[in-house]
Amino acid sequence: MKSATIQLETLTCPSCMMKIEGALIGLNGVEGDTVKVLFNSSKAKLEFDEEKITLAEIEAAITRLGFSVVKSTVR
Amino acid sequence: MFILKHKSLITAIGGILIVSAFIIKWTTGDETLFAWLMATASVSGVLPIAIQAYQALRVKVVSIDVLVTMAVIGAFVIRNFEESAIVTFLFLFGAYLEQRTLSKTRSAIKELTEMAPESALKQMDDGDFVEVDVDEVDVGDILLVKTGAKVPVDGTVISGEGSVNESAVTGESIPVAKEKGSKVFAGTILDNGTIQIVAERVGEDTTYGKIIELVEEAQDSKSAAERFIDRFSKYYTPTVLVLALTIWLIRRDIELAITILVLGCPGALVIGVPVSNVAGIGNGARNGVLLKGSEVIRELSRLDTIVFDKTGTLTAGKPSVAEKLYYGSYTSEALEYLASVERESDHPLAKAVLDEIGERAVYPVEGTEVIKGEGIIAYVRGRRVVVGNIALMEREQVLLNDAVRADATRLEGNGNSLVFTAVDGELMILMGIRDQIRPGVKEGLSRLRKLGIKNLIMLSGDNQGTVDIVSRELGLTEAHGNMLPEDKSAYIKKLIDEGRIVAFVGDGVNDSPSLALANIGIAMGGGTDVAIETSDVVLMNSDFGRLPHALGLAKATARNMMQNIVIAVGVVLMLMAGLIFSEWVNMSIGMLVHEGSILAVILNGMRLLRYRLR
Repeated sequence: MKSATIQLETLTCPSCMMKIEGALIGLNGVEGDTVKVLFNSSKAKLEFDEEKITLAEIEAAITRLGFSVVKSTVR
Repeated sequence: MFILKHKSLITAIGGILIVSAFIIKWTTGDETLFAWLMATASVSGVLPIAIQAYQALRVKVVSIDVLVTMAVIGAFVIRNFEESAIVTFLFLFGAYLEQRTLSKTRSAIKELTEMAPESALKQMDDGDFVEVDVDEVDVGDILLVKTGAKVPVDGTVISGEGSVNESAVTGESIPVAKEKGSKVFAGTILDNGTIQIVAERVGEDTTYGKIIELVEEAQDSKSAAERFIDRFSKYYTPTVLVLALTIWLIRRDIELAITILVLGCPGALVIGVPVSNVAGIGNGARNGVLLKGSEVIRELSRLDTIVFDKTGTLTAGKPSVAEKLYYGSYTSEALEYLASVERESDHPLAKAVLDEIGERAVYPVEGTEVIKGEGIIAYVRGRRVVVGNIALMEREQVLLNDAVRADATRLEGNGNSLVFTAVDGELMILMGIRDQIRPGVKEGLSRLRKLGIKNLIMLSGDNQGTVDIVSRELGLTEAHGNMLPEDKSAYIKKLIDEGRIVAFVGDGVNDSPSLALANIGIAMGGGTDVAIETSDVVLMNSDFGRLPHALGLAKATARNMMQNIVIAVGVVLMLMAGLIFSEWVNMSIGMLVHEGSILAVILNGMRLLRYRLR
């Protein structure tokens, strides 16, 4: 398990949050319970299994929704 | 994506099309061209909304975009192009305004995070310093910090010297001198000099990193009420959709169905509380008050009892000269003799005396004789100087007249330790030294009372006599001495069991049980780790004057949240009532009022950024 913090473009509508959250929870390899999208700081935090999914794939899922990723850090 | 990236352009085009459509209708009366222009505006306007709706549906979210898209399609079906154009325009323009105003409410916290250091000069294997990203610095790396640069990580100075502005960590912008062995903190600025440091804590582990993380978590933390609203809005939008469909199927009234879709958008309710929260916490961060989230704000706003630790919180925690009285004819020289004698001593009272006297000429001291528990006798420039308490004066047969004895009794009554100075058997100076009340505490307490705090209680490990004197001077409700840390936490537990809402204010070092146990733990820690972690509120730089601000801000923020909920719910109720009982509500008006209410809650939240305690 690794934990990722993904800085997104500025989020402006609460439903964007729900969309991103929904997309991330649906990904195979991402721990659904750990997904947290922070509205005001425009960040997504989650834990994922690096054997099942890569950070690039997670980022791609967000970009597909039309949100850009500014910076990600993995610990 | 092209369309989403150029939303503002599309909005502008939509606006221009709508305006020209109306101008043509009023000047030429050409209804066909009017309809065509409105239809074009609708189609271009609905594109970005429809894309967002599709994306939401793909991840099984019925978002507000879905409602608006269906409403616009419905309006198209009944060929009401005017309504559909105006609704899409208002929705897009509203979103644009929301984005602009929201970034303002978040600005205070953004300022804080943008102060974080980004690069560092790191020593490479060949001994040269190369600029690298701050993320590439590891513990143990040697870094060079030049004048004007930010210290990139927490560490220790290994060579060089300079002065550092530590306001990012302590909230106080006085230069602090640093030399070999001094600790430096990430985010602080080297005002002058050049230093080399060895990195000890990097990234989010630094004190500054922790402060930022705390504030970032706080602005997005949710209270129970907010979590309820979130859950509510998750089911709310699908419910509205089902309701509209049902009405359409039963009544065959598309007009009414699409109006319900637009009215059902939950915007202001979802955004209102987070906006107040972020603005309130942002105001705090700007003013040296770190509030850990919206639950803390709520509890703080309902506070009725504050328990203070004495030492370091209400009093300075070290003795200083509170009063000085001169009796002899050559005060200035006497002060010089006193300074000369006290300079040789490491007694805490001697330090207080020297701090008070300041820079003075000093002379060699001869034949020093220390009398334990009483004072010092020494010769300066051939004169016999006696410094000490009243017992020493009496033994040395220094004449103490009635006036002096009255002064001494008064000073002692105020909790002072007395230091007499006699030269050649004649009394020259009397100083009263005590652990003094910190500046700003008295005013702070009276403001707290005005803010509705009923009980101000002091708990201290000191003896009851000292505690009573401080309590009398400050006008506290209760004051208890001889208390161990576990007695303090037991006392707080008792207060909470009595049904009071209690805050504990301490320095965060030896009071962590009390900080944790109280409803609200307030740490007066100059950005120390312990304080940041165990408390709910941190007052930067231990400034007591920030406590009333914190309390007033919490009350204002809680009020602001309540106002926003009332605005949001009120608007929905008003529109629904208008829809059921009268004719004036249609799709465009619904969207206008809806977007208006979102802007109203954001603007209302923004007022908190300017909040100041009067």
